[in-house]
Amino acid sequence: MIEVKNVTKAFDGRTVLHNINATFHTGKTNLIIGQSGSGKTVLMKSLVGLLRPDDGEILFDGRNLLAMKQEEIKNLRKEIGMLFQGSALFDSETVLGNVMFPLVMFTNMGRGEMRDRALFCIERVNLKGAENKYPAEISGGMQKRVAIARAIALNPKYLFCDEPNSGLDPKTSILIDELLSDITHEYNITTVINTHDMNSVLGIGENIVFINKGHREWVGDMSQIYNTSNEALNDFVFATRLFQEVREYVAEHGTIAQRK
Amino acid sequence: MILTSAIGTFGRYCLFIKKVFALPDRWSVFLRRTVTEISKLGVDSIPLVMIISVFIGAVIAIQMQLNIASPLIPAYSVGLATRDIVLLEFSNSILCLILAGKVGSNIASEIGTMRVTEQIDALEIMGVNSANYLVLPKIVAFVLFMPVLVALCMGTSLVGGYLVAVFTDLITVSKYVYGLQALFQEWYVWYGLIKSLVFAFIIASTSSFYGYYVSGGALQVGKASTDGVVSSSIFILLFDVILTKLLLQ
Repeated sequence: MIEVKNVTKAFDGRTVLHNINATFHTGKTNLIIGQSGSGKTVLMKSLVGLLRPDDGEILFDGRNLLAMKQEEIKNLRKEIGMLFQGSALFDSETVLGNVMFPLVMFTNMGRGEMRDRALFCIERVNLKGAENKYPAEISGGMQKRVAIARAIALNPKYLFCDEPNSGLDPKTSILIDELLSDITHEYNITTVINTHDMNSVLGIGENIVFINKGHREWVGDMSQIYNTSNEALNDFVFATRLFQEVREYVAEHGTIAQRK
Repeated sequence: MILTSAIGTFGRYCLFIKKVFALPDRWSVFLRRTVTEISKLGVDSIPLVMIISVFIGAVIAIQMQLNIASPLIPAYSVGLATRDIVLLEFSNSILCLILAGKVGSNIASEIGTMRVTEQIDALEIMGVNSANYLVLPKIVAFVLFMPVLVALCMGTSLVGGYLVAVFTDLITVSKYVYGLQALFQEWYVWYGLIKSLVFAFIIASTSSFYGYYVSGGALQVGKASTDGVVSSSIFILLFDVILTKLLLQ
């Protein structure tokens, strides 16, 4: 479990995060949602230690990230896997090389054992047969899956995903969402996903934290999001034409079940 | 204002170098990466070094003959002057200025692209000291291989001059070869090699520094690449003066 307590962050006098409080549960897909510029990426970067908040606490199962020494942070990071928006695969390494990288750096496994583990992770994300390809030779969706395989190679306790569906078509997005959800439940990981994709929100959002203008506005799950009275969240959720139409249809007919 | 900014940049460079010169997380990985960098930064530069050296060596020999031709100056002076120019300045300072363009821009753009595509962030998240992992092998590889490039440059430049003697009637081969051997000072070779080690460190570390701290996109990577080359060149010239004063006086 990750607990965020009163986290505040400012850049050049402009406060981007105001006293954020949130809890991200183990074995659940936790989503941070919000409009572009709302501060969710800053919150995500603060969670993984790429940015240092000005105030507050970030507790990884009771261990305060902000009070840790460099060596402790280094050890904590071995428990963290991260999926970046642009995948961040190493161009000079093959798919297999990318997935093996954390194993090479942080384990004492033999070469064969590392290869087996990497191949297992590659197979887990349904990329069997692509292990000898370079990142430039595979599609964006496949790159995301390679990044997931690399992130889970060390059996992380915490998995962070920054906009995992950006640049992907809706079908591939759903595949990535399902994969992240399955992995979270299968390995009992604390997964935190930063997104503004409503399909993800309504598909895998077991614990949703809505950030608006640097403030935590709302917390709930995907079943509660339709009925929220929070105006900012309503604006965010029903910003797309499709969801507006669905809302109007539901208001008129009460359900969308009979819609042809 | 400019002075404050320069001091700030120098301070950041010092902190960067401190981060780079840490013990590698995995020695086997470090050695493998160093060998790769020797191939990429060093071995791949050999053709450029040889082409430039043979032509510049030839040009120096022609210029010497045309400019110092006089009944009062012995003919073998062409070989002697060509040799000393090559050993003292061309094979180290000028070669390193050229390599600052090739190798420096390569390093800055590679690391800068890794920064803007979040590959460096990915390393940091994994708990890898990214500066150490990416930059130390480049510095070690380039510093280790630079003497080889300098030695090649020295030899090839003198061959360039020799070809002028063979294929033109500006100077006889025997006079040129005699000039190459006349009044030879071994220290000039060591002087050139020592300077090149410092220049190699400057090129690799300065370019890496500019690439490592890029923020933005492709435009900023290009700017970092240019800044890396310009700064490396200025520092090479500055240290050329300092080292010449220290080593030759």
